[in-house]
Amino acid sequence: MKSDTSLTRPGAALGASLAAIGCAVLQGLPNQAMAGELENWDFDAAVLQYTESNDRVEATEAVLGATRNFDSETSLNFKLTLDTLTGASPNGAMPSDQPQTFTRPSGRGSYTVEAGDLPLDDTFRDTRYTGNIQWSAPLGRDWSYSGGVHYSTEHDYESRGGNASLSRYFNNKNTTVTLATSLSLDVLTPEGGVPVGLSAMAEPGSGSFSVDFDASRDGKEADKQVTDVIFGVTQIINRRSLMQFNYSLSYNNGYLTDPYKIVSVYDTAGGTLQGYRYEQRPDSRLKQALFWQGKYQFDGGDILDGSYRFLFDDWGMTSHTVDARYRWRFGHQYLEPQVRWYSQSAIDAYQPYVTSAQLADDPQALTADYRLGDFDAWTLGVRYGYRFDEKTELYTRLAAYRQMPRDFGSDNSSDTTPADAGDLPEMTAVMLTIGGRF
Amino acid sequence: MKSLTVLTLAFTVLLAGCSSLGVKPWERDLLAQQDMELISDPIEAALDDHVYFSKEGSSGGRGFGGGGCGCN
Repeated sequence: MKSDTSLTRPGAALGASLAAIGCAVLQGLPNQAMAGELENWDFDAAVLQYTESNDRVEATEAVLGATRNFDSETSLNFKLTLDTLTGASPNGAMPSDQPQTFTRPSGRGSYTVEAGDLPLDDTFRDTRYTGNIQWSAPLGRDWSYSGGVHYSTEHDYESRGGNASLSRYFNNKNTTVTLATSLSLDVLTPEGGVPVGLSAMAEPGSGSFSVDFDASRDGKEADKQVTDVIFGVTQIINRRSLMQFNYSLSYNNGYLTDPYKIVSVYDTAGGTLQGYRYEQRPDSRLKQALFWQGKYQFDGGDILDGSYRFLFDDWGMTSHTVDARYRWRFGHQYLEPQVRWYSQSAIDAYQPYVTSAQLADDPQALTADYRLGDFDAWTLGVRYGYRFDEKTELYTRLAAYRQMPRDFGSDNSSDTTPADAGDLPEMTAVMLTIGGRF
Repeated sequence: MKSLTVLTLAFTVLLAGCSSLGVKPWERDLLAQQDMELISDPIEAALDDHVYFSKEGSSGGRGFGGGGCGCN
């Protein structure tokens, strides 16, 4: 997600190919048949504008989906996503009472952060293209299956993968049991090469800069694989309600480090800044999640949608997510207030900064990425929609997302590096979505 | 692996218990509405997942946790 140079656009070729296939299908038909053919298609389109406060990340994401329905249960779905991202992201270092100068990830040049400011790397600029194709169909009376592929590319990241699922219906289709799996093969080509985990960041302007910078790099490319398995049960309760339970496993293997994140090094906790190290995460991660969702329709037609997720992993993180929405429907319109609460505990390898003594103990993993630290987050939103008919809808959604870090290591034990929440990155973002389907 | 066995067992028991729940085919009018699908808007769900995947340490649960981007 990082770019100091011009962007490459291999994903555009994929988009053009998909569009060409769609056009070829339609162009081959006479007008009347084309109108009939269009009846079999559903289209979805949406644009999300995501803006973080304090000039941090700004992103625009556009999605176009097209589904060809062959019958009520058989469909082929195409989805194209384009997102662009600019702005600044915390680099992992702590604020300091002195100005701080950091080497850019590319090794070309540096940037300076004022005393007291949260260190942000302001060179983020990227464009990502994603394509998905998904086929779903029944398999006899009691079974159905689905299979799909995805490809995505951005300046420093490429992902290709596939998924498959099989469902079995029980109890007159009131119970559905689903087993689904996906595999993603991802390749990272970080700006400036792959940093050596826990190596020192070369000091800008030092006489040995180029030697030091080269010593902090290990090749141009790294990869990772992500395998997911989900076992789910969907149950219709009565005419007004249904619910779902999922148990999921996600196994990440390979290079899981963020190549652009660093850790501040101090001589002692709260002491003098010594320099910066590149972060390093373990090379495998197994996440498990339990997910429940329920939906209920009231007498007047309003709908309550609630879900809860409990997630834990072998990095030492646990998280809770609660999401609730109430869709108030009146005539052709609806208004839907939404609220989401999220809370996570830090992974074992997380520290806001590290001491020289801790580094001397040769840690295997270390990160100061706030996204792996202790924090709570709220999302408050509202969605408004207008339905022209059953298949045609325009909608907009406005949501605010706020992350609040918690104090770290307040137990004062000697092996922690305590930090006040006030010195850790907090974040507020506004999300505006406009979309439609026809 | 042990937790997986326990969960599989729990789901099997749940499945048996579920046979008394549900509706007749002619009672599916409300459930057939698009608004009553568990993911009533897949596009909104995907946009949300992308934001939270990029900003939080957790992902997946409802669907695949997946890879797919070097998000910041």
